[in-house]
This record gives sequence, C-alpha cells and structure tokens, in this order.
Amino acid sequence: MKIDYKIEPPVVEGRLSLSQIEELVAKPLETRPDKKFFIAIGISGTALLIGIICVAITLHYGIGMWGNNQPVGWGFGIVNFVFWVGIGHAGTLISAILFLLRQKWRTGIARFAEAMTIFAVICAGLFPILHTGRPWLGGYLFPYPNQHGLWINFTSPLIWDVFAVSTYFTVSLVFWYIGLIPDFASLRERTASKVKKIIYSIFSLGWRHSNRNWLHYEKAYLLLAGFATPLVLSVHTIVSFDFAVSIMPGWHTTIFPPYFVAGAIFSGFAMVVTVLIFVRKIFNLEHIITLNHFDKMNKVIMATGMMVGYAYAMEFFIAWYSGNPFEQFVIINRAFGPYAWAYWIMVTCNVVFPQLFWIKKFRRSIPVMLAIAILVNVGMWFERFVITVTSLHRDYLPSSWGYFTPTLYDIGILVGSFGLFFTLVILFTKTLPVVSISEVKAVAGGAQPSHHGGNH
Amino acid sequence: MNRTDKIFGIAALFDTPDAIINAAEKVTAAGYKKIDVNTPYPVHGMNKAMKLKPSKLGFITLFFGLSGAAFAMLFMFWAMSLEYPMIIGGKPFFSLPAFIPITFEVTVLLATLSTVIGMLTFFFNYPNNNHPLNGTAYIKAVAVDKFGICIEASDNKFDKDVIEQLLHHLGANEIETIYYPKDEVYPIFQPKYLMFLAATAIATSLVTYFVLNKLMFMDPFNWMMVQDKLIPQEKSEVFEDGFGMRKPVEGTVARGFIPYPFMGEPTPADVLSNPFLPTRENIELGKKKYLIYCSPCHGNYAEGDSRLRGQFPNPPTLHSVRSREMSDGMLYHIITNGQNIMPSYASQVTREERWAIVNYIRVLQRAKFARESDLQEIKKESAANVE
Ligand code: HEC
Repeated sequence: MKIDYKIEPPVVEGRLSLSQIEELVAKPLETRPDKKFFIAIGISGTALLIGIICVAITLHYGIGMWGNNQPVGWGFGIVNFVFWVGIGHAGTLISAILFLLRQKWRTGIARFAEAMTIFAVICAGLFPILHTGRPWLGGYLFPYPNQHGLWINFTSPLIWDVFAVSTYFTVSLVFWYIGLIPDFASLRERTASKVKKIIYSIFSLGWRHSNRNWLHYEKAYLLLAGFATPLVLSVHTIVSFDFAVSIMPGWHTTIFPPYFVAGAIFSGFAMVVTVLIFVRKIFNLEHIITLNHFDKMNKVIMATGMMVGYAYAMEFFIAWYSGNPFEQFVIINRAFGPYAWAYWIMVTCNVVFPQLFWIKKFRRSIPVMLAIAILVNVGMWFERFVITVTSLHRDYLPSSWGYFTPTLYDIGILVGSFGLFFTLVILFTKTLPVVSISEVKAVAGGAQPSHHGGNH
Repeated sequence: MNRTDKIFGIAALFDTPDAIINAAEKVTAAGYKKIDVNTPYPVHGMNKAMKLKPSKLGFITLFFGLSGAAFAMLFMFWAMSLEYPMIIGGKPFFSLPAFIPITFEVTVLLATLSTVIGMLTFFFNYPNNNHPLNGTAYIKAVAVDKFGICIEASDNKFDKDVIEQLLHHLGANEIETIYYPKDEVYPIFQPKYLMFLAATAIATSLVTYFVLNKLMFMDPFNWMMVQDKLIPQEKSEVFEDGFGMRKPVEGTVARGFIPYPFMGEPTPADVLSNPFLPTRENIELGKKKYLIYCSPCHGNYAEGDSRLRGQFPNPPTLHSVRSREMSDGMLYHIITNGQNIMPSYASQVTREERWAIVNYIRVLQRAKFARESDLQEIKKESAANVE
C-alpha cells in the first residue's frame, strides 16, 4: 500500500456534519441505559463490592490482614498504587503533551483519557491511604498548625508523593472541567429535561461560546497544558523517588525516574486502548475514534515498551558495571531467584509482545491490539510487583529473608480497585460526553475557514 | 414574555466559518466596538478579524506561579530550619534539593488554579446564566453548528435599522433582536426558605455532634484504645496456667548474674581467686564502694568503729590476724554470702565491685601495718613531689 505521509488522514471520518457529531456524542446521555449497560455495571459493581468488603475487614482488624510483613513491608499496597498512578499518566499525556505537539488526532480520545486519569488517580490514592491503617487520619499527611508545633517531614519522598499526587489530581480535574464547560453549554441548549437543564446550567457557568471568551479559553488551555506536561513527568518521577531515594539494592538507581515515566505512559496507553475499544463499539463512535487513533496509540505503546525493555537491560548492565556485589545479587536474583516467574511474565508481556506492533496489520486489528493491551497491563502490574518485592525479600540480613505471598484480602482489594475504576468509567459514559464535542467539531472537515489555509 | 423591552443588541446567524470571518471583519471595519462573535468552537483567524488583543491571562499565571514557588520554599525553610529544626537522614536543615519537588508541585498547583479561577471570574464574570444572550434561539443555534455575531446596544454607533441592513448585506440568514431579561427577585423571608435554613442548621449540628462525639469513638475509629495485647499482670487465654506474664525457662541466666557456687556455705573449702590486679582505677572503685557499703559498720579504715551507735552489733576489726590472713577469695565470699549476722551484699554490689573492695581492704591493711621499706618509699615520693 502506498501512503502519502505528507497528507494527514482526516481526524473525523465519514464526513460527519457538526450537528451529527454532537448528536452522536450526546446520544448516550439522552437515551435510557440498556441491558448491556446494566450487565457491565453489574460486573464492575460486584468487583467493587468485593473490594469494599475486604477494605472493611482490613479496617476492622488492621492491615495485619494483608500479606506484607518483614522483610517485605511494602506489598500490594505500593504495587497497586504505582500501577494505578501509571495508568493515569496516559490521560495527561494525550490531553496535554499531544496538545502542545499540535497532534489533532488527540481530540477524539482526550476527554476519555483525562477521565481515566482522574479515576485511576482515585484508585491509586486508596492504597497508600489504606496502608496507613487509619485512613480517617489522612489529614496528618498535610502540613497544618498543631499543638505539638510539629511539621511534616518535607524532605521525605513519601510526603513529596502526597503533594505530587494531590496536585496531579487537582490539576487533572480542573483541566478536565475546563474542557467540559463548552460541552456543558451545548448540552444545556440541547436538553429538554428541566432538571438536566438546571444541572448543565450550573456547570456551564453561563458559557456563551463567545469568541471573546474563546480567546482567553484557548490561552488558558495552552497554559494548563504547559503546566500539566512537566507535572505528569514529575509525578511518576516522585513516585520512583519512593524507591530510588532509599538505599535498597535494586531501587537505588538514577534510571528510575525516566524508567518509571516510560512505564507509566506504556501502561496508561494500554489501558486507554483496552477501554476505548469497548466504548467505541458500544456507543457507535467508530467515526470519531478511528482505527487511525488506535494505530497511533499502538505506536506509542511499542515505543514506550522498548524504552522499558531498554531499562531492564540497563539494570543488568549497571549492576555489572558498578561492581557492587549487592546490586549484582539483587538483579540476578530477580531474574533467576524465587520470583523468576514474575520477572519473566513481566519481560514477555512488556518487551516481547508489543513487538508485534511493528506489523501494520496488527496495529490496526482490534482483537490483536486488545490482547496485547491486556497483556501489557498484566506485564506492567508485574513490573511493579517485581521491583517492590524482589528487592525486599532478600535484604541485607540473610536471617530475615522471606517469601511474600498476598492474602485473599490483598487480592480482593486489587479486584475492588478495578471494580471502582470500571464503575466510574461506566457511569462516566452515561453522564458526560465521552468525546469533547467542541474540540472534535473544530477539527471536522470544513470546520475552519478555507482561506485561512492548512493545518495549524 | 420573560423580558423587558430594553434592547441588549442585535444578533445574526451565518452558516459557514468563512461567512462569519467575513462578517466579523466587515463589522469591525465599520467601526463597531461592542461586538461579540459566538461560534461552537474557536474559529481560526477570528481574533485577527475582530482585532482582539492577545490574552493577558498569562500574567496571572506568572504572578501566582512565582508566589507559589516563593511561598513553598520559604515555608519549608521556616518549618524545617527555624521552627522545628531536626536532622533527618543526615540532610542539612536547609536541604535545597529535597525541597525542590514540593516547591515545584505547589508552583504548578497555584499557577493552574489561579489561571482557571482568574479566567472564569475576573475575565469572564462567570457564573452568569442571566446574561441577555442566554436562553435565546441565537445561542441555541451557535451551540450546535451556526456562527453568530452580536452587536450590542451600548455601542456608540448603535442604530437598529442600519445594523440590520449591514447584516443582511453580509448574508446573515437570521437576525434576532435581543432584549434584557427581567430581573429575578429572590425573596429571603419566605417561610419555606426559613424552614430550609433551620432544617439545614439542625441537621449540620446533629451530624457534627455525632461525628465528633460518637463516631470517632466507635470501631474502628477507636484511637487505639482497644488493643489486642497483654499488659503486665493480665490474664491470658493462650497459656494453660492463665498467666499473661511468663517465667523464664529453667536454668536461664540473666546477663551479669552468673551464679555463685558457694552460696550458703559458711566456710567453703575452695574459693575463687581475685581476677583483678590492684590498679589505681580498681582501687579507686573499691574505695568508693567500700565507703558506701561497708564503712557504716566497719568504719572508714576498717577498724570496726561503727557509726551505727549500737543499733547493730559492732563488727570486728578487719586488721586482725584472722582477716589479714584470709585469702582474697574468702573476703569475696564473705561479701557475697555474708557471715553470721553480716548480711550478703551480692544484690547491691556487682562482682567487679566486690573484687575491687577486696583490693581496697588489702590497701587498708597494708597501710595499718606498713613496713620500713614502705615508709621509705612514701618519703621518697613525697620528697619528689615537693621539688
Ligand atoms: C550491717 C553492718 C555491716 C556492714 C554494712 C558490713 N559488715 Fe562486715 N561484718 C559485720 C559484722 C557484724 C561482722 C561480724 C560477723 C560475725 O560475727 O562473724 C562482719 C564481718 C565481716 C568480715 C569477717 C571478719 C572476721 O574477722 O571474721 C569481713 C571480712 C567483713 N565483714 C567485710 C565486710 C565488707 C567488705 C563489707 C562491705 C561490703 C561489710 N563487711 C559490710 C557487719 C557489717
């Protein structure tokens, strides 16, 4: 097949008119939920319920119900935290970094990816808070004047985490809301229901699609994108500091920040692909979320997958090059020790399978990409597991070596976090426009003045 | 109708982005200032057509971003270096690298929030659902796929007929006159509203009372007042005898308490020998301990001159032949075991101290029965000291 790469494929396919785009996106909000919806929410709700029960038991008896104990003091709590924060990163990448890079194709998927960011960060936040044992005292994590005259330790990576994750959540939420304002205004004008009109009016703030507003709005969007970009990089960098600032062999390496960021984008894109495949099918958004979108996302998955693979190789190299016997022991133990099974699941899922995306046919085949995306998610979960558990289970003191096995409650809470995530995603698809109406209209064919020329 | 007769402006709808750009250019060129264009999405080139100046929003971002950075850094400096200085992980009180992550996050947080809030309130005057344009057919159309322009009545050049003609000429397919809406009034002293306020107040107080005084002391929020652990003297279900406190295993030797094999024997056949040399430090220690533990009965120079004034039978002098000829081990045995009415000092005086006391008693005895050679030695020493 001959492709002229100078001509970009149209972002919106099927020559949809502006009103047709709006019609398509707004349809799920205006129709009653069907059977498919209830089945989906039934499944995710069940998973969520399992999680809630396990959390309740954990709160009642304490986190002794979990599998982490000496020497593996950081078990599923931290593994799942890093996993979910990573999932969130794709959303900000798509909405902010691709915006700065003027990638128009982002418009179709940005809203959804941003929503996933917010839900993923909610899931992530649960784990460290639960791991404290007394989540209702979480306010102690923030600096507040108290009768002890004591402040939190601002030099601790765990406090950096608190600031990074809460800033990330707030900024993502604001960014998301800013994008939603024009859509709320459009929905306000569309809806026939009185109650909905009031709700949309409140959230649209009285938006009038005025060009005097668009002027500042576009500027604000640019500024926010400009801040969200370093922010998203900083968040996973700081998450990696949780490990890298310690002196555990296998953690204390400078490659961790970039390695974690690449891994986060990798897993995040895989999750976006997984979920969008279903959303696109169920809500007939094939013209707005096209195969070209998936093609591009799969390329990102492959690229970041190779970065992660490079990091795995580099860990071996540095262990040898540093001449540090502890580092060497840990790295070799990772690949051939008691957790070799987890290590090799990680390597096959993250490095080997994404290589299939070199072939264009696979990049554009829904079943293949679904399989690979799920495998990547599994692989990335195991990556965090391998990093956390292998370094800890063989620490400096051989007398305290042990083997970490999660308990049922660990697994139940992990299942519950997936339940929470998908419940939120499913509710989102029925309550808010999953695609940015105004942004997609702006990139539809014939939406911009003709004499104004070309792409910019 | 829910509107006044006061005209807000005249609005016209166009079908294509090209037409609206053209219209905006022409209307601006005609000298109208109070105009606005409403489009479903930002149309490229519109800002130029309307001759709008670039947005100044960035200044808000800059100002608050910088203040966020300064505030975070200064606050951490104050809290970690001045208010409650503490060395953590060997870092200095002001450890700049460790402060950077939080400075960055606070900068981003303040910059973005101020940008958004500043834009919505300061630049847009939102929330404003009461704007004359809201709720008109015009806004309904531009929210979907039409492109509109509105010339406001507050413009100096406003003339309804002239403007309508101009817009027609530009190819507008619908022209609408927009009126100001009636002011909405919200009567405050309605019984319904007052009831609502009262109900909210009662509900809030009840919930607050419940949360602070009841909920916070229920399981699991019990502030660790109930703990699954044993405190001393508590009963335990785990052990057969029901005692929570456990006895050490048979034959356990506590640190520093090696058992003494001749306990209870008045005159053991065989005794230990002194493991300590009579060094200066050892004798100093022995003197200190002797004066504390032995001198009340035996006297400061072991002459048997008790300070107890008959409250306890006077011990014999330790300068007797019997005492002088005792082995070190025997002296040690008497301190450890006691002798007749003299009690054991094993629990007060450690093993090392007992041997030191023995050495000190030897010093006292030697001083009392000094030989000629000893005296000469002392004379020599004191002569050397005088020089
Ligand atoms: C409560 C008073 C008291 C104190 C304090 C005391 N002793 Fe005695 N000690 C006696 C008496 C009384 C006797 C005589 C016991 C007997 O009748 O054999 C005695 C006997 C002795 C004898 C044996 C003397 C002999 O000729 O048989 C020695 C040696 C001795 N004490 C050393 C010490 C030393 C060393 C200490 C300090 C650790 C000490 N005593 C503290 C009351 C005391």
